[in-house]
Amino acid sequence: MNYKFDFTPVIDGLPALLLGCLGTLWLALSGMALAIIIGIGGVILRDSRVKLLRWLVIGFVELIRNTPFLVQIYFIFFALPLAGVRLDPTPTAIIALGVNGGAYAIEIIRGGVQSINKGQVEAGLALGLHKLSVFRFIVLKPALRAVFPSLASQFVLLTLTTSIASAVSAYELTSVAKRIESDSFRSFEVYGVVTLMYLVMAWIVMNVLNFISSRYISYPAK
Amino acid sequence: MGEGELLFLLKGFKWTVVLAAVSFLCGTVTGLAIALLRTSGYRAVERTTAAYIALFQGTPLLMQLFVVYYALALYGLEIDAWIAVAIGFTLHASAYLGEIWRGSIEAVPRGQVEAAKALSLHYFWRMKDIVLPQALRISLPATIGFLVQLIKGTSLAAFVGFTELTRAGTMVSNQIFKPLLVFGIVGMMYFALCWPLSFFGSRLESKFAAATR
Repeated sequence: MNYKFDFTPVIDGLPALLLGCLGTLWLALSGMALAIIIGIGGVILRDSRVKLLRWLVIGFVELIRNTPFLVQIYFIFFALPLAGVRLDPTPTAIIALGVNGGAYAIEIIRGGVQSINKGQVEAGLALGLHKLSVFRFIVLKPALRAVFPSLASQFVLLTLTTSIASAVSAYELTSVAKRIESDSFRSFEVYGVVTLMYLVMAWIVMNVLNFISSRYISYPAK
Repeated sequence: MGEGELLFLLKGFKWTVVLAAVSFLCGTVTGLAIALLRTSGYRAVERTTAAYIALFQGTPLLMQLFVVYYALALYGLEIDAWIAVAIGFTLHASAYLGEIWRGSIEAVPRGQVEAAKALSLHYFWRMKDIVLPQALRISLPATIGFLVQLIKGTSLAAFVGFTELTRAGTMVSNQIFKPLLVFGIVGMMYFALCWPLSFFGSRLESKFAAATR
C-alpha cells in the first residue's frame, strides 16, 4: 500500500466538523424529545378503550419497526409538502427521527407499564388520587425507571441514526463530512475522523442520559 | 407506474435479500468467533474483542460502510461495490452478533460448564455439545431481531451507489415523479420481508419466557 495519508482537509475543516457535531446533537436531542412524547402518548392510546385507536397504534409500531429509516425519511420528506406543510430539511429530519424513535419507545415503555402491579394503581385510586396523578406517579415513573436501560440504548441508536438524515441534506455531521470529502477526495481520512467523532458523541449522549436518570428517574441515593 | 418500473424494484428487492443473506451468513461465522474470543478467559483477548464490539456499536452503520468502502479502495483492491458493501455489513454483523452470543453463552447455567469440565471434556466438545446448543436457544429471539435490523440496514448501501431496493426506489421515483407511491411500495416490500421475521422472533421470545418462568 503506497498511499500517503493527508489529514490537512480534516484539520482545515475542523471548525465546520465541530459545528456539524452540534447539528447532530441537536437533531438527536430534539428527536429524543419527540420520541418520548410519541412514546408516552402511544402507550396511553395503545390501552385505550377504543379498538380502532389500539389497532392504529399497533399498526404504526409494526410498520415503523419493520421498514428502514431511510425509506421512512424519504416518505416523510415527500409527504409533508403534499400535506401542505413546508419545512426545511432539518425539522423534517427531526420529525422522522421522532416518529421512528417514538415507535420503539412505545414498545419499550409499554413493557415497563405492564410490569406495574395492578394493585398499585387500585391503591392509588382508592386513596383518591386523580387518574392523571395515578398515571404519572404510580404508572409512568416506575415504568420509565424499569425500562430506562433499554430506552437509553435505543436513544444512543437514535443518535447514530441521525447520520442517515444526510440523505435529505439536514444539517448534521455526515452532510458536513460529505461536503469536505467531495472538495478534497480524502474520503478515508474524513470519514475515519468523523466516525471517531460519532463514537465520542454516543458516549456523551449515554452519559447525559445516565445523569438524567440518576437525577430525575432513579430513587434517591441510599 | 408501469410494469418496467415494478420489475426494476423487484430486482432491487432481490439484491437486498442477497446482500442481507450473504452478510448474515458471513456475520454468523465471524460473530461466533468474536463471541468465543470474548468469553475465552484471556484478559487481553477479551478486552480487544470488547473494544471491537464497542467501536461498532458506538458508531453509525453508514460511517462503518464509508470507512470500509474507502479503506478497501486505499489498498487498490478492484472489487465490486456490492462485495465492498457486503464486507462492511459482515463486520457490522460480526460485532452485534458477537455481543448477542456472548450474552447467551454467559447465560448458560454455570453448572453446565463445570459438569463438562469435571467430565474432562475438551474445550471444543464442551462448546460444541454443551454450551453452544443451549446458548443458541437463548439467543434466537435476539438474533432474529438483529437479522431484521440488518435487512433494514442494507438500505444504506444505497449511499455508496449500490442498487438495492431503496436506491432502485429513488431512481424510479426520480423518473416518474411519484415519490409517495414508489416509497410506499418500497416500504411495503421491506415490511413483507421483515414483519414475518419479527413476528416469529417475538413468538419465540414469549414461548421461551413462558418456559423459563
